[in-house]
Amino acid sequence: MALQEAEEYGESTTAVHAGESHQKALDSITDPIVMASTYTFENTKAVIDYIEQNQDRGEYGRYGNPNEAVVERKLAALDGGEDAVLYSSGMAAIVGVIMAKLNAGDEVVFFDECYHRSREFCSKHMSRFGVVTRQVEACNYDAMEAAINNNTKLLVSESPTNPHLSVVDLERFAAIGKRTGVETLIDATLATPYNVKPIKFGVDYVLHSATKYLGGHNDLLAGVIIGGKQQLADIRYLRGILGSINSAHNCYLLQRGLKTFDVRMERHNANGMAIATFLESHPRVSKVYYPGLASHSYHEVAKKQMRGYGGLITFELGDADWRATADVVDRCRLPKIGPSLGGVESLIEQPLVMSYYELPAEERAAYGIKDNMIRMAIGIEDTHDLIQDLNQALEG
Amino acid sequence: MKFRTKAIHIGNERCKTTGAVVPPIHLASTYVQDEPGVWGEYDYSRSGNPTRDRMETTLAALENGTDALAFSSGMAATHCVSMLLNSGDHILAGADIYGGTYRLLHKICNRSGIEVSLVDATDPATLSEAIQSNTKLIWIETPGNPLMSITDIAACAGIANNAGILIGVDNTFATPSLTRPLDLGVDIVMHSATKYLGGHSDALGGALVVKSKDLFDELYFIQNATGNCMSPLDSFLISRGMKTLDLRVKAQSESALTIAKYLSGDSRIKRVLYPGLPDSIGFDVAQKQMRGGFGGMLSFELCGDFTKAKRVTGSTQLFQLAVSLGAVESLIEQPASMSHASYDREVRLKNGISDELIRLSVGLEDVDDLIHDLDCALACQ
Repeated sequence: MALQEAEEYGESTTAVHAGESHQKALDSITDPIVMASTYTFENTKAVIDYIEQNQDRGEYGRYGNPNEAVVERKLAALDGGEDAVLYSSGMAAIVGVIMAKLNAGDEVVFFDECYHRSREFCSKHMSRFGVVTRQVEACNYDAMEAAINNNTKLLVSESPTNPHLSVVDLERFAAIGKRTGVETLIDATLATPYNVKPIKFGVDYVLHSATKYLGGHNDLLAGVIIGGKQQLADIRYLRGILGSINSAHNCYLLQRGLKTFDVRMERHNANGMAIATFLESHPRVSKVYYPGLASHSYHEVAKKQMRGYGGLITFELGDADWRATADVVDRCRLPKIGPSLGGVESLIEQPLVMSYYELPAEERAAYGIKDNMIRMAIGIEDTHDLIQDLNQALEG
Repeated sequence: MKFRTKAIHIGNERCKTTGAVVPPIHLASTYVQDEPGVWGEYDYSRSGNPTRDRMETTLAALENGTDALAFSSGMAATHCVSMLLNSGDHILAGADIYGGTYRLLHKICNRSGIEVSLVDATDPATLSEAIQSNTKLIWIETPGNPLMSITDIAACAGIANNAGILIGVDNTFATPSLTRPLDLGVDIVMHSATKYLGGHSDALGGALVVKSKDLFDELYFIQNATGNCMSPLDSFLISRGMKTLDLRVKAQSESALTIAKYLSGDSRIKRVLYPGLPDSIGFDVAQKQMRGGFGGMLSFELCGDFTKAKRVTGSTQLFQLAVSLGAVESLIEQPASMSHASYDREVRLKNGISDELIRLSVGLEDVDDLIHDLDCALACQ
C-alpha cells in the first residue's frame, strides 16, 4: 500500500502506516533499525550512477538514514506537508531553518511568547552573524506587520504558546506572510497535527519538538520541520553539512510512538479538558490557561482552528506565594516534577523555579512568569486518579 | 490507583541514580559483588535483571498478581508451567487453544511421560467430568484461538480449586485491560507478551503472573534453572508498550465489534465468531468476565472453500498477511494454512477449525478504512 496518498485514509491509519513500505526487508512487519554509518556500493559504476543520476539511496549516515526517511514521510503525511526534515532535537530543527534561510542583514520577526530558547538563539547568537531579530507582542498582528521591512525573511510563532497557551490565528498569521512575501513558521509542538495542521491555513513551515507528543513516551529527543519539498531542499542540504541528524534508534522509537499517536492524543485532549475544568472550579485556583476553556482569552480562535486542546495546562493559585505554590507541586504524588511535556506520564513544574529561577524578578515579570504559577503536562493516566491527586495537593 | 495509571507508573518509578523519568535499560549480563559469597540485589542477569524486573512489576500490578516472570517467548512461559509436572501426571486442556500450545502438549510433554487430553472447556460440566485421578494441571484459553470461544474462567477455577488441581489461563487475547483471571480464582496467568502487551510487533516475550509466593518460587526455580528469560531490550519495549495497552485494546475492541457487525450482515459470510455479538454462544459469559470490550480478535467463515478463503486472505491491502496478533497494524491469516497448521488436519477439523476460516487481528487503523479493505478483498474473485 505504502499509503502514498495518505489523505485518502483516516488519521489513525496514517499514523500506523504512512511513510512505510508495504513489504519490508526480509518481509518483516516492522522496519529494521539500520545502524550503519556508511553505505557501500557494488562497484565504481554504481558510485558514478549515484552521483550522475542523483539517486535516492544511502551514502553516508550524516546525510540520511532509512529509519529517518520513514519517520520523515510519516510526519509529513500527518501534518499534510510535502516533506519533512528530522533533527536530533527541536532546537536543532529551528536552528537548521534559521541558518538555512537567513543571511547577514536579513531579519526575523517573532511573537514574543515563542519558546524563549528559539528567540535567544536568534537574538544572542545569530546577531553575531548580522541577522536582526525583532520581537513583537504575541498575537498582535498589526505589530507584526509593522515590524516587517524589505530585509525580513521569516515570521515565527508558537501556537499554542508555552506556558501561557496563547493561540495564534493561523489564517491571519499566514496572510501577513503572503501579503508581504515573507515566509511563515509555526512551532506547533503543543498542538500536534492531531489538533491543528498549520499548513492547511497557509503557513509555510511547521516545526515540532518531536520529543513531546509525537514521540510520546519521554524516551527520545527529536525535532522536525515540515513544509514544501522545494522549500526544504536547502534546509536538508545544510543539515547534511551541520550534521544534526537523529540516530537510527531514536527514529525507530519515534516511528513506534507515532503508531499510537491517535489514541494518545485523544486521551491527552480528554484529560486536559477534564483537569482544566476541575482546576477552574477549585476555590484556590485564580486563573487557568487552557484554550479549551470558554474563559481563555483565545478560546474563540482555538475553537475555530483546533480539534482539541492538548495536555498542557498552566494555572495560578489565588492565595499563594512562591513557597506555598511549591508546596502544592511537592504534594502531588502522580505527576513527577520535571520539565518537558507530551509523554504518557504526567509532569508538573513551577515555571519560576524550573525555567526562570536565575532571572531577576522584573525579567520574569516581562516573560509573564508569576510566582504562583504551576504548569502541568497531563499524561494519559486515568482521569479520576489525576484529579483526585491534584485535589489532595491543593487541599493540602 | 486505576488500571491506566498503574500501567504508566508502577514499575516505572523515578530512577534514583539519574532522576530519569524513564528507567534506564540495563544490558549488563553480570553484576559486580562487594565480597565473595555475599550477593547483592543482582548477581547474574539470567537470575534477575533490573529492566526485566520493572516490566514484571508492572505486569503483576496490571493482573492484580503479586509476582510475574518474563520469558523469551510465550511458548517458553507455557513450557515453564508444564515443567511443574512429573512423569505420569495429566494435563487437561481446553480444545480451542493456540496451535503452538497444542504442539507443546502433544509432541513435547508426552515425551516426558505426561498424559494430555483436550476437552471442550466452554462447558464446565464436561471439563469437570474429564478430570482424572492424575490430573495436575488444567489449562484454558479465553477467548480461544482461533474460534473465539469463551470459557467461564470463574467456573473452571472453582472446579480446579475444589479438586486441588492447578489451573492456568492464557490471557493473551483478553489482556488484563479486559479480564483479570487471578481475581476469578485461577493460579497462573500466562501471556504471549509479543502480542497486546508489547503491541507493536517488535518484541518477543512471554510472561507468567501468580498471586502465591510458593508457586512463584517453584516457577522461578524452573526459569532460573532452565535459563529462559526476556532480554532487557525486549523488556524495555514491552514496558513501553504496556503504557498504551488500555488505549490500544479499548480502541481495537471497538473497531473489532464494528467489523464483526459489518461482517454479520454480509451475505458472503457464513458466520462470524466474535464474543461481543449478542447472538454469539459465549456472549453472556464474555459480558461477565470481559470489562470494557471484547478484544481485537475475530474470526469468520466465508461462503466458499479453502481456495476462496486463501484468495481473500491474500487480497487485503491494510490487513497484512501474517501470523501473530495484537499489534497496532491489522493482520489477516488463514488458520488452516498458517497459525494452526501444526494441528493434525483431522483434529483441526474436529475442533471446528475449517478450511474457510479467516482470522483477523484488528489494529489501530481507522475502522472505516479497515471495513473498506475487507469489502474490496471479499469482492475479489
